[in-house]
Amino acid sequence: MIKFRLNGLEVQVEEGSTLLEAAQFYGFPIPTLCYHEGLSNWGGCRLCIVELKQGDRSRIVSSCTYPAQDGLEVFTNSEKVVKIRKTIIETMMATVPTSKIVQDLASKYGVHQVRVNVENKDCLMCGLCTRMCIEQMDGKAIGLVGRGDSLKITTAFDKKSETCRLCGGCMYICPACQIRCIGPNIEKDGPICNACANLEPPCLDYFDNMMCYMDPCVACELEADRPPKK
Amino acid sequence: MGDKHTSILICMGTSCDLNRSRRMKDLIETEIKNRGLENEIEVTTTSCLGHCGEGPNIRVEPEDVIYHNLEEKDIPNFIEEHFIKGNLMEKYVLTPSENDKSIPTMNEIDFFKHQRLLVLRNRGRLEPDSIEEYIALDGYKALSKALFEHTPESIVEEILNAGLRGRGGAGFPTGRKWKICRDAKGDVKYIVCNADEGDPGAFMDRSILESDPHSVIEGMIIGARAIGASKGFVYVRDEYPLAVQRIKTAIEQAEEYGLLGDDILGSGFSFSLKIVRGAGAFVCGEETALLSSIEGKVGRPRQRPPFPVVKGLWRKPTNINNVETWANVPHIIRNGAEWYSNIGTEHSKGTKIFSLVGKVNNTGLVEVPMGITLREVIFDIGGGIPGDKKFKAVQIGGPSGGCLPPKMLDIPIDYDQLVKAGAMMGSGGLIVMDETTCMVDLARYFTKFLYEESCGKCWSCREGLRRMLEILTKITEGEATEDDLETLKDLAEMTKYASMCGLGQTAANPVLSTLKYFEKEYILHVRYKRCPAKVCKSLINFYVVPERCTGCQRCVAACPTGAIKGPRSEPHNIDQSKCIKCRACYEICKFNAIEDVIVDAIVIK
Repeated sequence: MIKFRLNGLEVQVEEGSTLLEAAQFYGFPIPTLCYHEGLSNWGGCRLCIVELKQGDRSRIVSSCTYPAQDGLEVFTNSEKVVKIRKTIIETMMATVPTSKIVQDLASKYGVHQVRVNVENKDCLMCGLCTRMCIEQMDGKAIGLVGRGDSLKITTAFDKKSETCRLCGGCMYICPACQIRCIGPNIEKDGPICNACANLEPPCLDYFDNMMCYMDPCVACELEADRPPKK
Repeated sequence: MGDKHTSILICMGTSCDLNRSRRMKDLIETEIKNRGLENEIEVTTTSCLGHCGEGPNIRVEPEDVIYHNLEEKDIPNFIEEHFIKGNLMEKYVLTPSENDKSIPTMNEIDFFKHQRLLVLRNRGRLEPDSIEEYIALDGYKALSKALFEHTPESIVEEILNAGLRGRGGAGFPTGRKWKICRDAKGDVKYIVCNADEGDPGAFMDRSILESDPHSVIEGMIIGARAIGASKGFVYVRDEYPLAVQRIKTAIEQAEEYGLLGDDILGSGFSFSLKIVRGAGAFVCGEETALLSSIEGKVGRPRQRPPFPVVKGLWRKPTNINNVETWANVPHIIRNGAEWYSNIGTEHSKGTKIFSLVGKVNNTGLVEVPMGITLREVIFDIGGGIPGDKKFKAVQIGGPSGGCLPPKMLDIPIDYDQLVKAGAMMGSGGLIVMDETTCMVDLARYFTKFLYEESCGKCWSCREGLRRMLEILTKITEGEATEDDLETLKDLAEMTKYASMCGLGQTAANPVLSTLKYFEKEYILHVRYKRCPAKVCKSLINFYVVPERCTGCQRCVAACPTGAIKGPRSEPHNIDQSKCIKCRACYEICKFNAIEDVIVDAIVIK
């Protein structure tokens, strides 16, 4: 067992646990976005940051990837952490304002204004879909490609993937792109393809593939008014 | 050096090579042959002299003078004057300054005089591709000492006592790192030499690998013995073809001499070394990203702990050190920890190599003892700022280092002092800036570089840098408000604290340090829409000051768009609608008659 202090409380967890697991076990809420119990820990969204203090020194780490160690002094909601977390949510709101999950985070953590340019992107690059594809679906159809401003999620060489089985797992787990599945005329036509989870996507009547990351990309949104295939 | 009377040593570092030193060598050799002097004068190549701004540098022994900027057509004259008549060819000899035309020997010149050579001790003396010359200059002596007089534990002890700290930037004590790696459990252990030097304007590691590759190899073998590693990797970027070739040759030679491979020098210790070429991502200089890259994965940092010394390459204990750190090791073992720890300050021992670039008279590679002040490096060794411009700032530590203002010039260079000042040692780039540099534009440039080189995993780093770049661009275009400065600070804080790896954690430094020391300049940009350095195009309007203009028409000829008109000998006029603000007129005017709207009149409280 590993003993350390969590928000001033003496706690014990099993060896190999992360700080996030420890905090969840003891009931301290930590917001997450790119974390999922069924997938490997990624540490990309940085929402789950906590502060580690050692005497005068302190540093901030992502709790989902940081292993619990003896003698740590962990604070899940210190002033610094809360401030930085707010800035993160603020920039997320500015980048992907339509995501329900991000909206909920903003409301929960009291982010009331967005001070940077608002964009309408549909991806947070959280990597949930790529991990879902590789780890749960054994698909290896999509992955993160490039770095910096050319970072994107795509299939190998941007070609239609041969390993993709159209399972829809990537869309099921995406925190931002549900909007794609709803489509522009939701009241008239109903959702286009939120049925991906039950493997009978109605948009297959219209398009060759329903996979957003496949060719054509974002089919439902970009080509919504294309006439039916048949 | 052979048994000939005199030697001509031609620098063959990358920058001299680019300045045609290879061709120069052929021409000099032909000339000497034509005159029948090949038995008198020896011509050889040598390692980088460090005086990179004015190559090709040619050193002549035994006179010990340096010729630079030699032109091809003057080679016959040079041979005639120097070697036949015995006069120095003053036109090309390196002199202390433009006014002082005395001819000193190499070590009397200011640029060389104030340096303390340790890692670069063989500069100008060694033919890099020759293991025999390295051995003749006490090379591999430390290795035999480490193999036969030391135990692995006592090597680690020696390095610990010497107080050597990692030269890659963060300054972690090397001895402690070795000890942790030595004590880590694992059947196989690795050591890695980090030669992925991606900072713009930095070329220390490249120069060491090019000039003295065997010193790095020797350091690595000693380290391997201390740690108990059987295999090592040199991770060098493929953009350094000469360095790759030199280290490759050096490894082959060492293998041939039984210094690498099985049963080194009959000691029973075996160690092999392999070169891995990096594809040029800046982030691969971060140790965990580097390890991923060696493993054949995407160069993306991973979570520490577990640290590489415990779980590194293929989950085995791996010790990573920078080129310069490895090159320091043989000196410590050969001369002892006590000797080494006498150099430097209390917590930073030894010397540090800097690549001195930017607006400074002598650019090049300098090695100085720790504790020397920035002023000494820039003004005594570097020879100050060219022209009559004022010194404005120096950026230390590469793109993620900080910019220090004139008042910080007297702080001693050591790891802790620099961090306290808001910069960092980094791998050792020193970029000097004069008053024509706009600090906001500079912060924007480095933020853009870092954004493009961020691996993109952490939201805080990728998006933080992107949003900072957005705001900085707005500031340079004159569209920002004072609230944006506050946002900029918050974003910088997020990037600094919330990111996972060293790149993200230091990526906000260019913004934070310029905001700290040059806040006035930001306020001038934001509140008054002025750029005092006259760099940000949207904020400047050039006018002719009629009282100063003599009507010489130099600017008329220089203007690419024909925006300047005016008869000779009468004040000119700039057509604002045609002006593209290229600064050509501003720079060519000898009378300071081209001005921006007067900035100095604005006083900021």
